[in-house]
Amino acid sequence: MIEFLVKRFFWLLLTLWIVYTFSFFLMWKVAPEGANLSERKFPPEIQANLDRYYGLDKPLIERYFLQFGKALTLDFGPSMKLMDLHSSQLIRQGLPISISLGALALSFAMLLGFSTGIVSALWRQSLLDVGFRLLATLGIAVPNFVLAGFAIILFVFILKWFPAAGWGRPIDLVLPALCLAAPFAAYIARLTRTGMLEVLGQDYIRTAYAKGLMPRVVVLRHAFRGAILPVVSYLGPATAGILTGSLVLERIFFIPGLGTHFIEAITQKDHPVSLAVVMIYTLLLFTMNTLVDLSYGLIDPRVKLNK
Amino acid sequence: MNAPKPPPHQAYDAAFPPLEKYETMLGEAEAIHGISLWQDAWRRLRRDWVSMTSLGFLLLLGLLAIITPLLPLQSFKEQDLKRRQFLPPTLSSQIEEPIPVEAEGDVPETETRRVSLAITQFPTDSDEFRRRYGEIWENPNLLDQAMIRARLTIFGDWCLPSLCGTDHLGRDMLSRLFWGARVSLIVGVVATLVSLLIGVSYGAISGYAGGWVDDAMMRAVDVMYSVPFIFVVLFLISILSDDTVKTRLADYGIDRMVILYLVIGAIYWLTMARVVRGQIISLKNEQFVDAARTIGARGGRIVFLHLVPNVLSVVIVYLTLTIPAVMLFEAFLSFLGLGVEPPNVSWGQLANDGLKVITPIRIYWWLVVFPAIALAATLYSLNFLGDGLRDALDPRMKNR
Repeated sequence: MIEFLVKRFFWLLLTLWIVYTFSFFLMWKVAPEGANLSERKFPPEIQANLDRYYGLDKPLIERYFLQFGKALTLDFGPSMKLMDLHSSQLIRQGLPISISLGALALSFAMLLGFSTGIVSALWRQSLLDVGFRLLATLGIAVPNFVLAGFAIILFVFILKWFPAAGWGRPIDLVLPALCLAAPFAAYIARLTRTGMLEVLGQDYIRTAYAKGLMPRVVVLRHAFRGAILPVVSYLGPATAGILTGSLVLERIFFIPGLGTHFIEAITQKDHPVSLAVVMIYTLLLFTMNTLVDLSYGLIDPRVKLNK
Repeated sequence: MNAPKPPPHQAYDAAFPPLEKYETMLGEAEAIHGISLWQDAWRRLRRDWVSMTSLGFLLLLGLLAIITPLLPLQSFKEQDLKRRQFLPPTLSSQIEEPIPVEAEGDVPETETRRVSLAITQFPTDSDEFRRRYGEIWENPNLLDQAMIRARLTIFGDWCLPSLCGTDHLGRDMLSRLFWGARVSLIVGVVATLVSLLIGVSYGAISGYAGGWVDDAMMRAVDVMYSVPFIFVVLFLISILSDDTVKTRLADYGIDRMVILYLVIGAIYWLTMARVVRGQIISLKNEQFVDAARTIGARGGRIVFLHLVPNVLSVVIVYLTLTIPAVMLFEAFLSFLGLGVEPPNVSWGQLANDGLKVITPIRIYWWLVVFPAIALAATLYSLNFLGDGLRDALDPRMKNR
């Protein structure tokens, strides 16, 4: 266990370093001025000051080592577009919002996916099962921004259940999180259904029934645990998908999260901010993948982490 | 006791069955037809009506996308802000056009006029012809040009009414959907092929090489799994669409579409590589590989001519599941304004345009619903077809 974590930590460092180096050289090579390239022409003295402030006066290689050293202390430098705002300030603002949106979406996805999946498997070929499966395929096939559009028309404008786009109250998170969760809920439901069907036919389930356990206990304690392994391995890609999806949904619902900052930063070539956000997302994704691998061992005792 | 010894040739006759028996055996052997994996799979797929419906729909869609220039559609980019903005779906190809009649009072008289591109009345070498011709189509290639000509001879001026309404610039939704189908499908297919090329080669080489090469290559894939590619991609596309970079790339013949193919293809190959590697490892110690090696085939030949064809079934299943993912991704990029560029349209962009004009006051439902239906129906079919193919190609289902 400890050995596994240490190894993973080493890989994390390597991954972060590769991503940092690749992004750094890519962004500064292709757009060397960054966001300083503006329509306004500054007098040369001011331009020189600006260049010095952002470290643009030094050669690229030297800057790489300087900024990499700073990045090790989690300092990615000041934003080039939003004056007087440091990239870490932006992250401190946006990250909690994005994380709560993502976590809420992931919980919705698991809640909806597991419950519909189990119901589908227990009452196989019933009307409920067919209905859920059709819905699940719909969830997979429709892009989440289209879904968000329909949801806004239906729930905000016609039914008036939710407030229109905004930020501040917890209720503002619910609709975006639901839209974000939909495709993943659909996928989890499908995986759970297949897994449950496979497990429910096995001998140990019959034994559990035979010794007189309540159906609820058999399904939730015995069968469910055996059925969710494929779902757990899907959670890694799902996290990546949720990070991606939140870019879109933050934009539709005007949520000031990390995704919004990132899109703004890349379209305006605000290199320090986009670099910082890329690193944060790499860290999140890697952590989630590691957690998924760890939880294999908890769910299925047969899995050994160090082959 | 002493039977006369038969002459030598008769001894053979006695030892072997008569010639007729061989003939019947040959006849029997010819009567048995081996069923290849593909025939068997096709037989099973044909019985699955969901997959067959999906396949039929996709073929029809592909055909329509190819012959779009032949169809009597309105121009997909001609704007008409005055008269045709946000027209709801209509069955009539007539529009009301106010024609300024010589001033008899201040109220302009209106007169009904047909929607028409009115192209045939101009001589083919006039500027007006070229302008209107250019409005039908953007950069037509030779085949498209031939089809547009055929369309003009068959249908003349007549074109379909705005069955799906018009958008915020007065452009016809129906023809934009058809044009979008061309773009969305071609991005989906080409980008998937790029990812296929990378994934299959990478996985096959890694699996066949084995040892430390395999280790290193798979570690690299593991690292890449944890890279949030979407961010790198967004970043790459936004940088490459910078004006100075764009003109430099255009000199090499690289435009936004090519960038999309390459970039999307470059991030969807990871799973493919893993799957192919697993298959190759299980195959590379089979006898046919040894046989190929004994007659002197080199590594590259063995991998690409002997091993890769044997993993094709897995690859094809994965292909049908990657195309929808890629199309979704393209829609997502278009939504962020980083997908295909105007005047090209894709379904994702159409849906995005529709979303932008959602307001509490008026809901232009046709601008959201039709692109969503087109996108969802295609992705649905691809998903169903992929599932059906996976079942049909499953060797455990053989002869069932």
